[in-house]
Amino acid sequence: MECSFALTGKGYVLIAADTTAARSIVKMKADEDKIKSLGPHLLMAYSGEPGDTVQFAEYVERNIRLYQIRNLYPLRPASAASWVRRALADSLRSRSPYSVNLLLGGYDTATHAPSLYWIDYLGTQAEVPFACHGYGSYFALSLLDRYHDPEASLEEGLATLRRCIDEVAKRLVVAPGKYKVKVVDKDGVREIEL
Amino acid sequence: MSRSYDRALTVFSPDGHLFQVEYANEAVRRGTCAVGVRGKDVVVLGVEKKSILQLQDPRTVRKVVMLDDHICLAFAGLTADGRVLIDKARIECQSHRLTVEDPVTVEYITRHIAGIQQVKEKSTIRYTQSGGVRPFGISTLIVGFDPHDTRPRLYMTEPSGIYSAWKANAIGRSSKTVREFLEKNHKDDLTRDETIKLTIKSLLEVVQTGAKNIEISVMESYGKITALDLSQIEAIVQEIEREKEAGKTLDVICWWKLLMMRLEAERKRSRLAATAAGQAAMASRAGDSAAASGET
Repeated sequence: MECSFALTGKGYVLIAADTTAARSIVKMKADEDKIKSLGPHLLMAYSGEPGDTVQFAEYVERNIRLYQIRNLYPLRPASAASWVRRALADSLRSRSPYSVNLLLGGYDTATHAPSLYWIDYLGTQAEVPFACHGYGSYFALSLLDRYHDPEASLEEGLATLRRCIDEVAKRLVVAPGKYKVKVVDKDGVREIEL
Repeated sequence: MSRSYDRALTVFSPDGHLFQVEYANEAVRRGTCAVGVRGKDVVVLGVEKKSILQLQDPRTVRKVVMLDDHICLAFAGLTADGRVLIDKARIECQSHRLTVEDPVTVEYITRHIAGIQQVKEKSTIRYTQSGGVRPFGISTLIVGFDPHDTRPRLYMTEPSGIYSAWKANAIGRSSKTVREFLEKNHKDDLTRDETIKLTIKSLLEVVQTGAKNIEISVMESYGKITALDLSQIEAIVQEIEREKEAGKTLDVICWWKLLMMRLEAERKRSRLAATAAGQAAMASRAGDSAAASGET
């Protein structure tokens, strides 16, 4: 089943999402990228109803890009998160709501601070030091409570992330096999091999 | 009676004109000048910048704008109309990416913009064909690169909704002068520096105040756009002026040489004439003396 994790550290946000595209009990694909970069310093992991997720993520991606072209500077993480939340909240009250859960991580180049937002399909938004979506959260959150350190280096952050993934692999019956990990920091967005 | 023809956009005058569209063209002719030049693998946009007021923030006045990663637009005419049109174009660029997962081609977005200016199609507001609205009082130059292509593109749109592709063109104030200059001086396969220089040179035909009122944007390949800063433009303007000066001194030298040659020729001629006269005089004197000797 779908799992996504994210945590902040010293000057970075790490986001990991599984790479399986499943339909019913069948695995259709094992290398799906479920983390989109929305800008030079903004990442979004999405999970939920297949179809809805990609549709909504692309919609967000294009609108954030439009903002940047119109204003010559990108939306800051806090504003982007608010915009996305509002889009989901509006959608919830429409005839065909998106059922998408998101983790939005960004690095604010103005304040030099990393920030992470947890957003669900009901339009709930929370700024958090670490976050998870899916069944993985039942195992990972307690680990993150114990091991998360906002001042951790990237290596330490990756080690914590690895703990979460290993625990989920150990305990969850329907644990996903592979994850894609991305990081956003002052240098922008990049993918990391775990 | 003739007054009623220029009111509504939907009414032709008896000789087939839409006056509102022609008035829009006039608004364009009063706008600041913009030039686009296509080189071998570069395309350059140059615009005449109005001098800003002392207390104004120069960053808020823009005449060259980005529509998407790979497309730029410059306009001449009513700035407010330009803003509206640019916003529609930017939305279309992103919308196109969303629907077909591909960036727009330069021709596509040009056709879209011209379509809005003409406006027959889908758009909810019909600018040229319903009462109470007027056409956009702007012409645009649209430059860019198509995805997966190395050839630079340059298009122009007009208030009537006409669009066309160009090697080099100008719109706005004194655009005719600039276009004629470009017609004389444009060559195919210009390099980057030549293209920039030609753009500035052509703008200098109508911009008296020089570098500080010129804005240059260079697009070198897909998504690679740079705006030249003042010092770079100043350097090129000085180079152009130096060349002009050199041309002038060359002219002076030529003129001097010609004068000297003429003087020389004149002197030679007079010398020859003098010799001829001398010889004639001598001959006649010899004749005289012969006659005199015959007499004796």
